[in-house]
Amino acid sequence: MISRILWRLSLYISMLASLLIVLYIAGISPKAVIQAALLAMTPLALAAAGEAINERAGMVNIGIEGIFAISAIAGVYAAEIFGNGYIGLLVGGLAGASIGLIMSLIAIYGRADQVIIGMGLNIVALGLTPFLLRAVWGFPGLHLPPREVLIHRIDIYGFQLSVVTIVAILASIALYLILNRTYLGLWIKASGESPEALDAAGHSVNGIRIAAYTMGGFLAGVGGAFMPLDFFGAITKEFTAGRGFIALACVISSNLDPLRSLGFALIFGLADSLAPAIAVTPGMKERIPYQFILSLPYIVTLLVVAIAVKGRRLPRALGIPYSRE
Amino acid sequence: MKVSETLYQALRPLTESLLALSIGLGFGALLIAIYRYNPLAGYSAMFLGAYGNLYSLAETISYSIPLALSSLTFSACFRAGIFNIGSEGQIYMGAIAAVAVGSLYIGPLGYIHVLLAIGSSAILGVAWSLVPALLKIYRGVHEVISTIMLNWIAYYSTIYIATNILVDPRRPEKTLSVLESARLSTIVPGTTLTQGVFISIAIVLLYHLIFSRTVMGYELSLKGSGLDVARYAGVDIRKITIYSFILGGIASGIAGGLLVIAKPPTYAIYGDLGNVSGYGFEGIGVALIGRNNPLGILAASILYGGIKNGGRYMEYQAGIDSDLVRAINGLFVIALSVPELLRIIRRLVRR
Repeated sequence: MISRILWRLSLYISMLASLLIVLYIAGISPKAVIQAALLAMTPLALAAAGEAINERAGMVNIGIEGIFAISAIAGVYAAEIFGNGYIGLLVGGLAGASIGLIMSLIAIYGRADQVIIGMGLNIVALGLTPFLLRAVWGFPGLHLPPREVLIHRIDIYGFQLSVVTIVAILASIALYLILNRTYLGLWIKASGESPEALDAAGHSVNGIRIAAYTMGGFLAGVGGAFMPLDFFGAITKEFTAGRGFIALACVISSNLDPLRSLGFALIFGLADSLAPAIAVTPGMKERIPYQFILSLPYIVTLLVVAIAVKGRRLPRALGIPYSRE
Repeated sequence: MKVSETLYQALRPLTESLLALSIGLGFGALLIAIYRYNPLAGYSAMFLGAYGNLYSLAETISYSIPLALSSLTFSACFRAGIFNIGSEGQIYMGAIAAVAVGSLYIGPLGYIHVLLAIGSSAILGVAWSLVPALLKIYRGVHEVISTIMLNWIAYYSTIYIATNILVDPRRPEKTLSVLESARLSTIVPGTTLTQGVFISIAIVLLYHLIFSRTVMGYELSLKGSGLDVARYAGVDIRKITIYSFILGGIASGIAGGLLVIAKPPTYAIYGDLGNVSGYGFEGIGVALIGRNNPLGILAASILYGGIKNGGRYMEYQAGIDSDLVRAINGLFVIALSVPELLRIIRRLVRR
């Protein structure tokens, strides 16, 4: 088992290394690409780990994109009031958690279609983001938080790393362990596979599902606040740019496994970071149209999902509200 | 009691839609008030701007044309239990096809040029719509992910074509305008309401007939009511999936085409796609308010078209960002996702 994991890991690392060598020959600094890829990976990994648990518990949240946008605004607002980016991250997480809580209550007690309600949230965010940008900061379409509230990067011999990236990796590992090594994990899986059994064993199916949805909302919220407070340093009208759906692609491709979804988040993060890297490289920016470079993350996502998703099995009770017969 | 219950069941879809509308507008007013704007001034500007006089009503109907068509895309698939949110990208594709064909001088064609432009819009819309359909059938890729990715790919491809290949050499911020022969003329002078409205009404009625009177429409709803039901009835699931995406692609492709050939004064696409974007997502809300029924969609599109058109006046006169109407649209969707909403409210009222 362990030797197989090590074998796989070394395979992936050698693939990554050969990609970086190719980039180096093309004139793109591997260090810059990895730095950017880890930043782009972070919100995807946070949201995907939470959503993997959520789907294991039998709930679907396709509103991650909307949570990203709304919690980013809440996070920046709080960071500016308290003058501290970490409080901003926390408030972003709490905003995401409250959205998750409300959505799960509507989905469970209103028996709402979870896909529709998630898409409803995305559409709300599509309009709310520009409305709030103007209502809160009085300037349409763009807000730059002051430099003092941005999260500081750790510097390891010139390699810049964000604290949040480490948190995202640790969160993915922790959720993997909880899911596979604890009773709580067993209950979560039972809630998605056979809620009747969990109910008969005396545990609350709805309680587990609400908790999982809220936790997923919290992680997505931290990921959302991370984008303006660390990754880009700005909020624009549609700054999430489909990342919420790319996080869903991570979840589905990984077969709802928080640790594997971290790996997919890195792949999509690489695709996301290559775009700006190629766009400034002399010799390449003249040959490849800028718009093609920008659509690279979406093309990669589509291809990876098409390759990875075949034969995946989803929990039996996914998306179905539970009620006693 | 019996009569009131029957009446209740008959009016239920309408009541639910009206309830969702009031919930959305109510929360919208709350948001406006929180940020110290005046909700009354905002909404009265909106409704006067939408329905105040013949001019504004014509403008509202003009806004409702692409909305009605894009919500048909959502409905055609939703009736078959498929959550197709790719209308946005298919509209871009339809629009760019209309620019390419409409700006080309082929010969003295007259009205055939219009048909060629619309036909190519529909074809490119269908082509773009078939990608998620085939990915779903052969690779099991969920349409929510594939359609969103394709929307973004369509967005950047269309911008590339619009700013590099079909760009207007005199005005680089937009594409070439389509030729006179490919344009549909206005029916209310001074507004953007053109003959495109007849085309869109015809398509809505056609889809109504397809949904309610044909075997294909019946099989769509059989698949939507559950895979097992459809399989036992002998429905070919793959075929129906393809059909629903094709119906969707036609409607959205034509929506994009009409945004170009039936929308004065530019008859073109702006380089940032500003004049063709947004309709795809807003169509989801319109489809749900119209209960996925083409005739309901027609009414809902005029209603939401009014909110969208009037939203601009809310911005001029009350300073409220017009994008708020999109948030209100999302609230409609959330309210309509709850099937028991009416019963829950009834229970609360009785208590």
